[in-house]
Order: sequence, then structure tokens, then C-alpha cells
Amino acid sequence: MLEHELFGRLTLHSIPYDNPIIMGAGGVMALAAIAVIGALFYFKRWTWLWKEWITTVDHKKIGIMYMIAAFVMLLRGFSDAIMMRLQQALAFGHHLGYLPPEHYDQVFTAHGVIMIFFMAMAFVFGLVNLIVPLQIGARDVAFPYLNSLSFWLYVVSAALVNISLVVGKFAATGWLAYPPLSELAYSPGVGVDYYLWALSISGIGTLLGGINILVTIIKMRCPGMTLMKMPLFTWSVLCAMILVVISFPILNITLLLLFFDRFFGMHFFTSGFGGNAMLYINLIWTWGHPEVYILVLPAFGIFSEVVATFSKKTLFGYAAMVYATAAITILAFTVWLHHFFTMGAGANVNSFFGIATMIISIPTGVKVFNWLATMYRGRITYTTPMLWTIAFLITFTIGGMTGVMMAVPGIDFQLHNSLFLVAHFHNTIIGGVVFGLFAGFTYWFPKMFGFTLDEKWGRRAVYLWVSGFYVAFMPLYVLGLMGMTRRLNHYQSPVWHIYLVVAACGVILIAGGIACQVIMLLVSIKNREQNRDLTGDPWGGRTLEWSIPSPAPFYNFAIEPHVDSRDPFWKEKEAMRESGQTKAKPQYEDIHMPKNTSMGFIVAIFAGIFGFAMVWNIIWLVGLSIIATIVSVIVRTFNFKTDYYVKASEVEKIENEFLEKAKTVQ
Amino acid sequence: MKLRHIIASILGMGSALLLSGCKIAVLQPRGVIAADEKQLLIDSVCLMLVIVIPVLILTVLICRRYRASNKSAKYSPNFSHSTTLEFFWWTIPIIIIIILGVMTWKSTHSLDPYKPLNAKGRTITIQAVALRWKWLFIYPEQGIATVNTVELPVNTKIDFLITSDAPMNSFQIPQLGGQIYAMNGMQTKLHLLATSTGDYDGRSVSFSGDGFSDMKFVAHVRSAQAFDQWVKLVKAAPKGNRLTMEKYHALVKPSENVPVQYFASVMPNLYRKIILKFMTPNRHNVDTSELGVHL
Repeated sequence: MLEHELFGRLTLHSIPYDNPIIMGAGGVMALAAIAVIGALFYFKRWTWLWKEWITTVDHKKIGIMYMIAAFVMLLRGFSDAIMMRLQQALAFGHHLGYLPPEHYDQVFTAHGVIMIFFMAMAFVFGLVNLIVPLQIGARDVAFPYLNSLSFWLYVVSAALVNISLVVGKFAATGWLAYPPLSELAYSPGVGVDYYLWALSISGIGTLLGGINILVTIIKMRCPGMTLMKMPLFTWSVLCAMILVVISFPILNITLLLLFFDRFFGMHFFTSGFGGNAMLYINLIWTWGHPEVYILVLPAFGIFSEVVATFSKKTLFGYAAMVYATAAITILAFTVWLHHFFTMGAGANVNSFFGIATMIISIPTGVKVFNWLATMYRGRITYTTPMLWTIAFLITFTIGGMTGVMMAVPGIDFQLHNSLFLVAHFHNTIIGGVVFGLFAGFTYWFPKMFGFTLDEKWGRRAVYLWVSGFYVAFMPLYVLGLMGMTRRLNHYQSPVWHIYLVVAACGVILIAGGIACQVIMLLVSIKNREQNRDLTGDPWGGRTLEWSIPSPAPFYNFAIEPHVDSRDPFWKEKEAMRESGQTKAKPQYEDIHMPKNTSMGFIVAIFAGIFGFAMVWNIIWLVGLSIIATIVSVIVRTFNFKTDYYVKASEVEKIENEFLEKAKTVQ
Repeated sequence: MKLRHIIASILGMGSALLLSGCKIAVLQPRGVIAADEKQLLIDSVCLMLVIVIPVLILTVLICRRYRASNKSAKYSPNFSHSTTLEFFWWTIPIIIIIILGVMTWKSTHSLDPYKPLNAKGRTITIQAVALRWKWLFIYPEQGIATVNTVELPVNTKIDFLITSDAPMNSFQIPQLGGQIYAMNGMQTKLHLLATSTGDYDGRSVSFSGDGFSDMKFVAHVRSAQAFDQWVKLVKAAPKGNRLTMEKYHALVKPSENVPVQYFASVMPNLYRKIILKFMTPNRHNVDTSELGVHL
């Protein structure tokens, strides 16, 4: 009894000692953690880690940490993908493969959850954090402490998902955990609880982050930057954050209701006692569809910046792009039902949502034409970000077409939940979101670290990723047409087998792409002195972030910029070239900055402990961690020393150092 | 770039394999609904290719022509607006979507799974129940039942009434067309008509737990005479082979890769009871007439 009081449902049997795959994966994770901790001790970097990173409120550092975490989660999610492809390549006829269903089901659930919530979302938030304040001429986000809290809430929930690998298990329900399968009656274990609490905590983090960025864009633009002078990336982020703020509360509440069902025996979504699973499916998709645009709109923004910069042209049809983005934002809330045409809604309802879905393809198509028109009569240089963009244009057009196909309910009745669907959404998410994030990462990397990435390995990564994508997912389109359903653990048809082997080869190519990216990072770090970006403007940029040194100083802008056009930095450079004048020596002033705080980290740790305690029903720990979370939030409100001033003389010193270096290359 | 050549050859081999063409269920319909759905798929793809192919060609051409090294190409760094061009690329997609929208409205109504089919002759009703992890088919008029197999007469209207006594599933026979969810305490409908005899794969299409992969069945479409013959054969089975409540309770227990079974008779109102079990979870053996429910 005492054990139960102390540890809830948690026992030593919760750890699957007998499963070599899980224990192997856990062992690798433990070794990696030990290596990192060991390195920190060896190089005596604990204080540095705490002062410079964990307690930081600098939006650039938080952005970098988001991206590091996203990359780690990409590796985790991708190993799940390899396991699934391997299983399906092996398990045909009488072979059952190497993963039993109870494990395989967790793998595909974890793959979806990790890739969307912990890879793509984190990567988007990383780039948004890093770039948006720089593009609007701000010195930080509106709420720096909240920013730190959002990030650490994301980290603890990602940690919960990874803990579930070794301690207990993860949900085996598919990435949206449809009831009644996710209800207690059909999923009694801790898997769904891990799912609920990891997503609830990260959902709150995302919501706070969304509010933060939204307020930053609305309130902190530099003088002269009206809405219609904002760079297109900032516009797309503004729209995406509106979607976050409206849709994430739906996700959090839906998950909370499912938790009520499971924990308190309520009946929101159960089969009996008046509950109805259809309610959950509607609610989760009113969040889920906007989520797609939360991911892809910032990617569209990145492509807009990259296309203009590397074509050395003004972006074509700026106003049309803004209207198209806004239209997509609004329409994003009118199409959720297309995820379940087969649930029995009438023909009128299905037609409405089908046609609404198709209408989204109009502004999206216009965007594609505008990007092409930007390249038209340009001077295109094929750097890695531009290659990602071209790969996107071609891949996303195909993905868009298969999407419109499935927007026709009559066609969807045949293709719903088939591998055709799986191929379609990977086509848009890899071809749209992932390529966009990689383009943005390469493009803005010098702004983070002060040197450009190795082009040779970058190009190799593009070739392998793009070809890997086609080899891995084109067979799935065919398999979908052949009638192969998603989430199958094994199958009988030998015909399907050949296609799945090809798909598995595609995954190997993508793995090669990821390996090239790792090598690219290592080579770039090794050769960083040759690739130093001393001017702060390695690509001939157009927007404000390129007007400051690389890496961006912690205060971003020594002098607050004033803007009177859409490509302010480009115009400034043009004017200077024409007049032959250089910048006048500015008069520096003291800069008001936020102070670091450890409270974001501490609050998030307590929230993580709370999540873990809820999963295992450790009641005393639930109580304790709730109190600790609330108390630490209150304690923080009594901290009035949250800001300080950087002396003008110090700013001058840092800026002069940069100007000296910049002179050496001019 | 050697890597580029290697990749190009792999892609070439891959597409050759894809084009080799095998049994593609959705494109080889054997029922009226599936045939219409295939036609709709082909029409909509052709319509979209009107815009997709030019976009793909334009992308390649623009990338080639306006590369930085080609100094003979025109360079207009401030060319950022053209009313004519923008008019065209707003209008053309709008026209295509209007055409596709009309197609969608019409086809969604004509292919509505709930819409009874317009054909002469008798109608066979089949009640399909998704269980963990097998399909139970009840023929209420014939008074027989099967597990993981379903027999259908050719050129005859089939009314599938579908429910679930398991997590949510989805019912689909791709070559006959259509798909609809199977949900607890609720009934969905699917109307099909097979146009040629043969054996067609059917399965659950919505993930429902560990045994999901084997939750499949074969739909045997036979001539009307052969179907009637088959019904007689099933009915003639030993008398003990009756689907009673006890046998049903045994069937409901989770089991995987379940072999085909036949029941010579079925207890009356079993299908109603399965649905009502979730509507009135505290009461067993409900008298359905008392609730005024017509299923």
C-alpha cells in the first residue's frame, strides 16, 4: 500500500527490461546525456550553461535552443520512421516483421506526435524567435520572461515523450488519439496519459509563445514600419500566430476533456452515457487544420524572403501575397471537416467543406505564381536556400494537387486513411514545411553564429533529401490507389511488398541527407574562419536583419532603425552606392534591456514534474508540484529588478569592433 | 556532381517500377459507385493538370533562363507588379475551382453513401458490425451471419447498415467503392452495387488497436443463383450453429486474425441490441419498441 501512495502506478515493471530495441534506444539516449554532462564537467561549463543559456531571455538564444531541440527530436522522429519503413518492408505474407503490433502502434503514434509538435513546431518557433524581432527592428520580444517559460515548457514536454520510451509506454492510438480507442476502456495503460500531459504542457507553451510573438509584431515594430511595410516572413508569422492564439485553446480543452473522461470517469467522448467520439474528432480537427497552416505559413514567408534575396529582385506582388496569406488564415478555420468526410455527414455538409478546401488552393496558387514572377527577370544564384525553394515549388505543387483531389468527397471516400493520404500530407509537410525550415536555417545561420554554412555539403543534403522524398513517398501514392491502408503492421499482398521496399530505400536516401546536414554543420564549424560573415550581410539581403553585425549583438540594434520602404536595407545600400557616401557616425545611447531570469526554467521543471506525477497518479507529487508551480510564478511577480541599461560607451565599443572587421573586407 | 547522376538513375529506375502497373484497386472498379469515383478522380486530375503542368514547366524554364551566369537574360530588379499577369493568375485558378466546385457538389450528392441506389430488382440488406478485430455480417432477411467474409449477389442493390462494438473503424471494399465509419451506438449506411463477379478485398480502414492489421475480409460477388445457393448452404449447417447472445459475447472478446465463420441462424434483433447497448449502457435486454427507435 505504501508503495502505491509513494509511487502511484509506477513500479519497476514499468520499465521494459526484456525489450532489446527499447532498452537499446534508452541506452543510447542515456549515453548521450552522460556524454553531455561529462563534457560540461570536463570543460567546467556549468556556470556558462546556466548564465548564458538556461536563464537567458535573449530571443536569439532561445531561438537557437529551440532549433537544437528540434534537431534532436528530428533524429528521434526519424528513427521511428526508419523502424516503420523497415517493419513494412519486412512484414508481408507469413512474415510478421520484427515489431509486434503493441510496439509498432506506439512507434507510428510517437512519429506523428514528435514530428508535428516537437520537431516542426519547435523549428518554426526557433526561426520565428530568432528572426521576427530582427526584421521589425526590435531589441527583444514583448515578454522576454514568458518567452523563456514557453521554451522550457516545450522542453519538459518533449522530455516526457522521451521518458515514456523507457518508463512505461507511449500512446498506441495514432497521433490524434481518437476516442473511443483512447478512452480508458480500450487504452487502460499510461500511454495515452503521457500523450495528454506532454501535449497539454507543450500546448500551453505554444499558446504563450503565440501571444508573445503576436504582441511583439503588433506593438514593437520600429518607427515607420507600417503593417504593409513589414517583410513577408513577419506577415506570415503574424497570421500563423493569430492561428495559434485561436486554435491552441481548442486543443488544450479537448485534451483536458479526454483527461476528465479517463481520470474522473466522465463521458464526454465515451461510447456510452451520452458521450460521443464525433465531438472529439470535430474539436481536434478545428485545432488540427489551422495547425497545418501554423506550420506552412511561416515556411511560405521564408520562401518569399529567400526568393527575393537570391533573385536580386523585389518580391513580386507584395500586396497580393499579404492578402493571400490573410485569406488562407481565415479559410483555415472553415475546412476541418475534410479530415472526416467518411463520418456520415450529409452531402450538403461534405460539399461545403470540400469546396471550401479547394478555395484555399486559389490564394496558395497565386503565391506560387508570385514566387515564379519574382524569379522571372531576376539574377538567380543557386545557393542552398534557393535550391530548397525550387525543390519546394515543384514538390508542393504536386502535393497541392493531390490535396485538392482528396478535397472532393467522392474521391476521398476511396482514398481516406489510405497510404495515398499519408503520401499527400508528407508531400506538403516535407515539401513545404521541412524544406522551408531548412532553407530558412541555412539562410539565417550567419545571423546566429557569424559564419555561413558549407555549400558543398548543403547541396548534397538537398539532393539526397529531395530524391529520398520522391523515392519514399511516390510508391505510397500508388499503394494508396491499390487499397493499402495506413498504420498496417503486416499485410499479405506480395505486390505491395515491392513498393514498400522502394519506399524503405527512399528513407535510406533521406538518412543520407540528414547525415550530410550533420557533416555540413561539422565542416562549417571547422572552417568557420574562412566562412566568417564580417559585413553582416552575406547574401545581399534586403531587410533589417542584414543591416546589423553577424552574429547579431545581444541588443540587436545599436541605433533604433527608421523605415520608410519595404526593403529598407536594400534601399539604403542603393542610396549609398549612388551617392558614394558612407554611413555617418551615429550617436549611441544607453539601451534598455531585460535581465536574465531562472524562473522560466524553474516553473517549467515543476510543470514537467506535475505532468509526470499525473501520468503515474502519484497524488502527493501532483499536489506538491502544483503548489510549487504556482508559488514560483507568484515569486517571480515580486521581482522588480527585471531590466537594466547597457551603457552607450559599451555599445560604441562593440559596434566599433564590428566596423573595424567589416572594413577589412571592403 | 557525381551524386546528382547517381540520384537521377535511381529516380529513373524507381519511376519505371512505379509504371510497371499491377493491381490498382481504385482504378479497377467492379461496382457502380467505384466506377463513378474512379471517373471523378481521373476528371479532377486532368482538370488540375491544366494548371499544374504549366507551373512545373515554367519553374524549370525560369530557373534555367534567369540563372545569374546567364548575362543575356533581361534583369529588371524592380519589376514587382503587373495587373495583367496578376489578373490571369487569379482568374485561371478561380475558373478551375469553379468547375471543380460544381463537379464536387454534383458528385457528392450522387455518390452520397446514404443515398439509395437507383436500380431495378431486389435489395439485400447486410448489417456489418466492427468488432475487435473482425467483421460480423448479419443478413437479417436471410437470418444468417458470417465473420470476416461477405457474399454478395452481382447486379443487386446492397444496403450495408454499419455499426461498431469496438473502437471506431471504417468500412471499405475499394473495388466496389465508398467508405464509411463504423461507430458505437450509431448506425451508418453504405449503398453498393457490384457489376461483375469475383473476390474483392475489404477491410477496416480506421486504426482500431493491436489486431487492426488482420481486420480484413473478402467480398465474394456471385451470380444471383449462386448467392441463393450459398444462403441455403449456410442455413443447412448443423442446428447448434446459431449466433446466440453467448456466442456473440464470445465473439466480442478481442481476437486477432480470426478465421471465416458461418452461422446458420441469428438471434432476433441482435444488431439493434448492439447499437442500444451503448445508448442505454446501464440497462441490458432493452425492449427496443419501448424506446420507439427504428433501426
